[in-house]
Amino acid sequence: MTQLPDGRYIDDAPYERDIGAEARHADLDVPNWVLVWRRFKRHKLGLVSGLFLLISYLLLPVAGTIAPYTANERHADHLYAPPQGIHLFHDGKFIGPYVFPITSEVDLEDYSWKYVADLDSPAKLSFFCEGSYYKLAGLFKTNRHLFCAPEGATVFLFGADRLGRDVFSRILYGAQLSLTVGLVGITVSFVIGIVLGSIAGYFGGFLDWVINRVIEILRSLPELPLWLALSAAVPSHWGPVSVFFIISIILGILDWPGLARAVRSKFLSLREEEFVRAAEMMGAKPARVIRRHLLPNFLSHLIASATLSIPAMILGETALSFLGLGLRAPAVSWGVMLNDAQNLASIEIYPWTAIPMLPIVIVVLAFNFFGDGLRDSLDPYET
Amino acid sequence: MAILRFAIFRLLTMLATLLVVSVMIFVIINLPPGDFLSNQINELRATGQSSGVAKAEFLRKEYALDRALWEQYMIWAGFMPGPHGFAGMLQGEFGWSFEFDRPVADIVGGALWLTVLVNLAAVLFVYAVALPLGVIAAARSKTWIDYTSAFVGYLGLATPNFLLALILFYYGNRYLNLPIGGLMAPEFEGQPMSFEKMKSVLIHLIIPTFVIGTSGAAAMMQRLRANLLDELSKPYVETARAKGMSESRMLVKYPLRVAFNPFVADIGTLLPAMVSGSVLVSVVLGLQTIGPVLLTSLKSQDQFLSAFVLMFVALLTLIGTLISDLLLALLDPRIRFGGRGA
Repeated sequence: MTQLPDGRYIDDAPYERDIGAEARHADLDVPNWVLVWRRFKRHKLGLVSGLFLLISYLLLPVAGTIAPYTANERHADHLYAPPQGIHLFHDGKFIGPYVFPITSEVDLEDYSWKYVADLDSPAKLSFFCEGSYYKLAGLFKTNRHLFCAPEGATVFLFGADRLGRDVFSRILYGAQLSLTVGLVGITVSFVIGIVLGSIAGYFGGFLDWVINRVIEILRSLPELPLWLALSAAVPSHWGPVSVFFIISIILGILDWPGLARAVRSKFLSLREEEFVRAAEMMGAKPARVIRRHLLPNFLSHLIASATLSIPAMILGETALSFLGLGLRAPAVSWGVMLNDAQNLASIEIYPWTAIPMLPIVIVVLAFNFFGDGLRDSLDPYET
Repeated sequence: MAILRFAIFRLLTMLATLLVVSVMIFVIINLPPGDFLSNQINELRATGQSSGVAKAEFLRKEYALDRALWEQYMIWAGFMPGPHGFAGMLQGEFGWSFEFDRPVADIVGGALWLTVLVNLAAVLFVYAVALPLGVIAAARSKTWIDYTSAFVGYLGLATPNFLLALILFYYGNRYLNLPIGGLMAPEFEGQPMSFEKMKSVLIHLIIPTFVIGTSGAAAMMQRLRANLLDELSKPYVETARAKGMSESRMLVKYPLRVAFNPFVADIGTLLPAMVSGSVLVSVVLGLQTIGPVLLTSLKSQDQFLSAFVLMFVALLTLIGTLISDLLLALLDPRIRFGGRGA
């Protein structure tokens, strides 16, 4: 122990670093996203849903390869064919995946199609085989399919619809539109919501008043009738691609008020913070303050809440197409497919035409769980 | 007195909103190129029927469709006198449906009441289901009741309304012998109201109410549960328990009252969703509400008809929101009267 000239005491032993300290606090020093990820991992349902969605979106470009048929390929001999199972064992022996070929007969009692499976001649599925031509990822023309039925047999995993088109293949093709419609729509609503919300929250005054009234009015109106009215205005001679984009924009146009309100209230509270004042003092323009200093504060929250409004858009597209005002026939989406299943008679006799509702329910649920998990895990410091 | 001032203030806001909405609806309706009559005229010319052309031209003049767009709006809304005594909506004249060749008021007349009825039933259903379930789910949180109701709720949110309608219709008819389609048995249509007719309407209402209400009820229930759970962890709950109050009495007496406000306030977001749902479900189930009318009139550009239906739907939601605001003001003394910021 030595006394310094100013009267303080110092231990003579050499300075010893606390070896464990860094390891013990490493937890709190990692970047934010690691903390978020750790919390998100604990949310099992959200994690599974997120993985499922990731895989679904990654598979979209290769949907044509997985599907045994193309979207509008018709099998005139197999109208309303029931789903065919894939079997592995025949007569107690393993012979690999195969289907039974089916042939159609008209039931002269009620004039519906009856299908008889030929149980004696199993048709083995072939893999990476050649079928009809399609465009892989919309770019490369090819005719390779993951699996297809041999000559003389068909493979309708989920049955066939009224024109003899394979429901399973159409669901895969439909996913390409149904899943992206929500993404395009949410982008539109995100951009409008952030721009208007931040203008209202940052500048305040008259602009704030106007934007607020617009938000209130839009929020107080029922969405579907307005969607219907807007999509009725889409000219009927437009091609499928432009119809797709305009429909997703319509879906997004009515969705932004919720986001804009969240952005606005955040801005109102953050605007008074000192770091904003400091940035302004240093001469930053409003656009820079908003982009660099304010938005990053809660962008992750916005993304989480955006995730939660994608399902509404997917359901919206389905409803519009179901009513015949959304995407139209040559385009394939889940809503368009369900349009065929509109009446009770077809659901009663051919229940498999209603199968496209399963992917809708699953995807919407997945988005809900994923969004919930994301939202819960975005505050890593909160317990 | 303060509540009266508040009510008047809210009413004025509503009227202003309605004005803006009418402009918006008018613009949307006029977005597609052409209109019903000019399409008809072209078609008649193409097929060489000149007699019909004269009538269509006459109608165009009569309803001022040949004028500038802003003039059309003023006439339709009733701010400006139209030609030959065609007054606008303010005067209670809603125009002519060109497709059905009858006044709009005739076509939608009975449907309006049924629309209100269906939506009212759905709102009541939502409250009747969400209140007990939400409370139970919160009181018994993390038990099978909580998980089951959450699961059913999620499923209700994720299933498209129209599919739920079709499926329930099918099974309801098959196993419970519920009627299919429509809002009353065919023999009662156009009949004056009677006890038998009421009964028929009520039975027909079961499935539509359930379908329209499910997603709203699920959302409402989850919010009530979350609010209640927040309250349940507060010290005053502990105090009440320590005093030896029975669990159910304590629940109703303190936390429920606090958690109840958002429940009423939520009708503002609930109602638009319900009206949307009822339009869709009506189309699928063939209910005689304004839903199917809206769809056909939009498809054929029958502009007075579709504009009226849209206006009515907007009015319905605005009135609902107004009522919920007033209720909330009565329920919660903390809400200040006389506008925001006060």
